[in-house]
Amino acid sequence: MRVHVDPAKCQGHNRCYALAPELFDVDDYGNAFELNDGVVPAGLEDKARLALANCPEFAISIEE
Amino acid sequence: MSETVYGPVTDWATDFDHGSPAYAANQHKIWDDLKNSGCPIAHTERYGGTWLPLTHEMVHSIAYDTDHFSSEGPVVGQLKPSEVPDRIGAPIGPVPPISSDPPFHNEARRLLLPAFSPKMIDPWRDEVIEICNKLIDDMGDADHIDAALQYSQHIPVMVIARMLGLPVEDGDKFRGWVNLVLSGIGEERTEERMQKFMEFNEYLAYHVTDHKENPREDLISFLLNAEIFGEKLSLEHAVGTVILLLIAGIDTTWSGIGSSLWHLATNSVDRRRLVENPDMIPTAVEEFLRAYAPVTMARVVKEDMEFHGVQMKKEDWVLLPFPAANRDDKQFANAHEVVIDREENRHAAFGLGIHRCLGSNLARLEMNVAVEVFLQRFPDFSVDANEMVTWSTGQVRGPRTLPFVVNARA
Ligand code: HEM
Ligand code: SF4
Repeated sequence: MRVHVDPAKCQGHNRCYALAPELFDVDDYGNAFELNDGVVPAGLEDKARLALANCPEFAISIEE
Repeated sequence: MSETVYGPVTDWATDFDHGSPAYAANQHKIWDDLKNSGCPIAHTERYGGTWLPLTHEMVHSIAYDTDHFSSEGPVVGQLKPSEVPDRIGAPIGPVPPISSDPPFHNEARRLLLPAFSPKMIDPWRDEVIEICNKLIDDMGDADHIDAALQYSQHIPVMVIARMLGLPVEDGDKFRGWVNLVLSGIGEERTEERMQKFMEFNEYLAYHVTDHKENPREDLISFLLNAEIFGEKLSLEHAVGTVILLLIAGIDTTWSGIGSSLWHLATNSVDRRRLVENPDMIPTAVEEFLRAYAPVTMARVVKEDMEFHGVQMKKEDWVLLPFPAANRDDKQFANAHEVVIDREENRHAAFGLGIHRCLGSNLARLEMNVAVEVFLQRFPDFSVDANEMVTWSTGQVRGPRTLPFVVNARA
């Protein structure tokens, strides 16, 4: 599974970083990006889905 | 609470008043009745012409459409932005970045973002914990407390005063001014109100001059040195932003904390779950933000246009009721139920699009700590049946008095 943050849509609500810090980080401006090229380590798939389900800007996508 | 200058509402679809006490008291029912009667966007002639869209889809699309909707007037007033004397117009507006439009908005916002990023805000946690505990210590061993007057209203003021570099003891003054700007929208424009605005401006002018002469490590000094388009910020811009940070951060967060505590005082099952499982607090706080979203914003229509079948006129106000969007059942399962462990929660309490609340990381920190500390110290509390809980009117909604009985303390 891979996650991706669309930087054009992300407005820095930081829900993804709060819910899944293993998968996302934020820059100095508070905008998010995916860690590890977006590759989701085994066992963290639910956290990736949780982040997607809580992004108010629909900026996160998942490739299964 | 008194009626606005426009008097009692006759019909919510064609004559609504979002500044009226009736709206503050019954807004959830008003939205439902409107939507059920086939009116997803209400109108009023009040305030010179105002629209109230009610679906998540409409609120989302207006927030994103900065070409047609300007942020020049984020708070609805009796005068349109163009009617206010000496006002700084679009795209800057009097209080950047909330009153600004692209492309200026992006620059004015970018300047502030680093100071409010998670990595700069997280280190404030211990200080917020200390503030909350101190407020509870100050209550002594009273069984009857007011969680708004003695607790929630003080927390954001103390934090933002420290960040800006203003005297923490001036909290009462700040709250008075915030109230003046946000709650008095429907009141008459009396001499007394104008006098208070003057006092606010003089107070800020004094502290800004003091920071110029004695720079220090705080946000006011930062703003006075900050640059935009390669030049120092104008004094109006810097002072406008200080005003914004004071106003935007105080009664919004006070409302968010207050509504959360009110929910917990009136729902003992939820309260017990959080006392027993404090790890659930962050998820519960997101649900309180969704269900009791404190903030409704406004936009100004740039040119005559059609929107979802209605004719909007240039300079009409358009409200962005994020609280109504958050209760849209097309977007949220069981939208009217408060589900403290809701998994999927794309709530819009902090807005949508380019004006996403700049202080959201700070607001979340304050709300989480405030709830956590309150539950630690008062594991059992309820509303005092002999007293009244009162709610604010206007675009920021939350409890202004919270008379509680403390049933257990730790
Ligand atoms: C629970 C508390 C809070 C809520 C619900 C809230 C809500 C909002 C909303 C909905 C907006 C969007 C405005 C728009 O679309 O026009 C906003 C913007 C803003 N908020 Fe907050 N806010 C809160 C706390 C704070 C705090 C603590 C601060 C700072 C100390 C703050 C500073 C700002 C600023 C500067 C903006 C303007 C951002 C821009 O225009 O780019 N807010 N807030
Ligand atoms: S939750 Fe969405 S908007 Fe927020 S930081 Fe993550 S990707 Fe960006």
